[in-house]
This record gives sequence, C-alpha cells and structure tokens, in this order.
Amino acid sequence: MINGYLRQDGRKGIRNHISVVYLVECARFVADEIVVPHREAGAQVIGFPGCFPNEYAQKMLERLGTHPNVGAVLLVSLGCESFNRFALEKVIKASGRPVKSIVIQKTGGTASAIQIGRDWVAQQVNHLAKTPRVEMGMDELIIGTICGGSDATSGITGNPAVGLAFDRLGAEGAACIFEETGELIGCEQIMAARAATPELAIELRASVEKAAMYYDTLGFGSFAAGNAEGGLSTIEEKSMGAYAKSGSAEIVGLIKPGDVPPTGGLYLMDVVPDGEVRYGFPNISDNAEIVEMMASGAHMTLFVTGRGSVVGSAIAPVIKICANPETFARLSEDMDINAGRILSGTSLADVAQEIYEHVVSVANGAETKSEALGHAEFILTYKSFDPIGPACLPA
Amino acid sequence: MKSDLLNKLLQLSPDDNVLVALGATQPGENTLADGRKITVQTPVTLGHKIASRNIARGDKILKYGVSIGSATVDILVGQHVHVHNMKSDYTATYMLSETADGDQTKGGQND
Repeated sequence: MINGYLRQDGRKGIRNHISVVYLVECARFVADEIVVPHREAGAQVIGFPGCFPNEYAQKMLERLGTHPNVGAVLLVSLGCESFNRFALEKVIKASGRPVKSIVIQKTGGTASAIQIGRDWVAQQVNHLAKTPRVEMGMDELIIGTICGGSDATSGITGNPAVGLAFDRLGAEGAACIFEETGELIGCEQIMAARAATPELAIELRASVEKAAMYYDTLGFGSFAAGNAEGGLSTIEEKSMGAYAKSGSAEIVGLIKPGDVPPTGGLYLMDVVPDGEVRYGFPNISDNAEIVEMMASGAHMTLFVTGRGSVVGSAIAPVIKICANPETFARLSEDMDINAGRILSGTSLADVAQEIYEHVVSVANGAETKSEALGHAEFILTYKSFDPIGPACLPA
Repeated sequence: MKSDLLNKLLQLSPDDNVLVALGATQPGENTLADGRKITVQTPVTLGHKIASRNIARGDKILKYGVSIGSATVDILVGQHVHVHNMKSDYTATYMLSETADGDQTKGGQND
C-alpha cells in the first residue's frame, strides 16, 4: 500500500510539489529566481519557451499544472506572449489547486516580480504541508519507462528487467506506459501481435510506420552517436533493445501525450506528431519524453541507461536503472539500480524484483538518486497531434 | 563480477548469426555457453557483435532472432559486425568520429 497525497480533484500523488511555470522564455529568469529559496521545500520550474501559440503546449501545461504530484501552481508571464495564461489558470483553479499569475510587465519588473513570487510560494509551502495523506493502491499508480543513452547492454539487461517489472506492476493494476515509437522501428509486427484487439493492432502498426516516415523525412533516426560507440549498429537493433522494456503483457491501448490511461495495464504512447513534418525532431532529448508521460499522469519514470544519463525530472521522480556494469562503476552516484549485474550471473528476475521494490519505496517518498542530487530537468517544445481514434482505448 | 563469465560471447536467440561480447574481448579462441568454439578475429568492447558464422554481402544480420539490418560486405566468422560492414534497412546510422583536426561528424558507412 502506498501513502499518497490527496488532491482536491480526487487524484492521488506521490510528491507534493509547487510548480513555478514560465509561459515564455522571457519570463524564465524570474521563474528560476523565484524558486531558489524554496527548492528544498519542493518548488520547481517548468514552462514553455515559445512566444507563438501551440495547442499541444497548452494542453501539456494544463495536464502538468493539474498533475497529482503538484499541489500549487504559480504562472509567470512576461505579459505580451501568445500563451493563453487565462485558460491555463482557469483549468488549474477548477482542479481545486491554489494558482496565481504574475505578469512581469504589470508588477514593476524583475525584482518586484521575484519578490511577489517568493512570498506567494512561501505561503503555499505552509499550506501544502497540510495536504491530506491517503492510502493509494497499485491500481492508482501510473508508471512510465524510457531508455536514454542506450548501448548494447540496454537491450540485454536493463530493458528486459524493466519489462519483467512492468509485467508484474501491470498485473497488479498499475497503468504502465512505454513510448518513443521512433525506437520501435523494425518491431512493429511483433508488437502488433500483442494488441488486445485487431483494431488496436492496426493502430500500433500505423504509429510506428508514421515514425519511420517522419524520421526518414528528417534524415536521422532516433539514434545518437554514443549508441554506435556502445555497440549498436542500426536503429532496428536499438529498437529491439528498447522494445524489451514493454515486457510481455497484452498491450491494452495506445495513447498520445496528455491522454491519461483509463485503466491499468500496458499502454504504448505515440509521441510522433501527426500531419506534415514540422517543428523539427519529435522529442529533442530524453526529458521531452519524460514530460509527455507526466502529462499523461505518470507518477514516476523508470529510466534505463547504458552510456550513463544523469538526468532526473521536475514533478515526477526518475528511477535510473543502469544496464552497463562498467558505466555503473563510473557513475554509481547517479544510478539507483545496477542491472548490469545480469551480465555476471544475477538473474533478470532478481533485478526485476529490485525495480519493483524501488517503485513501491519511491512511491512512499524515498528519494531517488536524481532527486537527492537536486535534478529537476524539464523541456517542452512545439508539436501537433490529432486526437486518438476510437480503437485505441480499452472498451 | 565473476571472472569466468568475462570474455564470453552470448548468443541471444538460436537463429542469430551474431554473438554479443559480455566484456572486452581479445582475438583468440572463445568457448560459448553451449560448448561451441569461435575464434575471434577482432578485439571488441562490451556489447559489440561478433559474427558466429560466415555472412554474405546482402544477408540479414540476425540478433534477438530478428533482422537488425544487412551486411554491406562479406563478413567472416569471428569478425566484428558493426557500422563498417552492415547497415540499417530503415535509416542510416549517424556517428561522431575524432580525427586529427578535432571532432568531426560523419555519416556511418552505411548509407
């Protein structure tokens, strides 16, 4: 059983954060400064840098401002950007969370905006300390997984271990999300065979075909230079390793960023934009993927790395599972779990058990390595999606 | 780490024509878990692939029991299998290489 935080809208979180949200890059410095004295108390900066409006970014910040791990939200606007702060404030207010907007052009400038913001956050810190605690079942937990800084060990140790842990978490009722359809290229047939319905199988295949077409147009696959150095030769090889994170359970649905899974079980998130190729690469770095899963309600992320990523995230804790024993030896201060032990004889089941136990203890408040180090990365860029079709969700 | 498992080559699926190095591996005879012997031709580091049989140019490279690309040249048993002798059947692989002129980017030799 998990000891969660009860929000006014009935959702349950595993953290009690205050989000300070910049609504354009021009307001970011003020947001960063507001958070400085309140970081230890759980205040974090998130936001969107663009001045042009974007429906996707609006939806992402609406979902994140009402994320169950977030208890209060401060919006920081320059004043002339196109982001619809009125709509965002309304959605957050309707969820019952305390929300305030600071418009720098109206408050007298940088220093006064920072002071007003810090004072408000200080009040919220006291207020949030009284958030009711509540029992939370495994069936109320949403867990995302990604892999980043992959090498050839990722697909042999860390990813299959997460897959095994996902099988158990999903069977116990948790909603489990895997994503990055650009890293499932080559796996579309075997993945579609695991769909709960024939109609969903068609949607799963189509999402990967869309990714292949999208990356082909851009001229680069979802493949970084370090992947090749780590022994991966092609996107198909990387994909097969990444695919192992999904385990072996039936795939019950396909969601897009911001869609909250309606039931427990395993979901694929389609992260590649719809329509013509625009705005550049779908997810420009690992944190963009974490952000999208959080927007779909993920309480935490299981992050498998081979080369050695050190990131964490704002809002939702990141458990780092190191696939490569040599990397673990070098970067153990950043790694929560050493899955590379599998190469020297530890069973996949033992590492999966350790991941499962970590999920439960982190849900109960235990700090991950990246949380203890103060990591709180966040990135949100331009994208465009059509809504999911009727065959995508469980009946 | 148990030393008897170091320098072993792992076959992930019965159909595979490549093996995965479980640690830095030097040229020489290497005994697989099932007792078969492979003579490694090229030194490789953790995670890299070694051909477990002769692979002809154009043949699929099989790992995890599925195709992960095609051979661009004839590959002999025991040789390193990587971007210099195989390519994606989807999108080209991007690599960074260090040269005397400093860091330069180039595409993999597989486009």
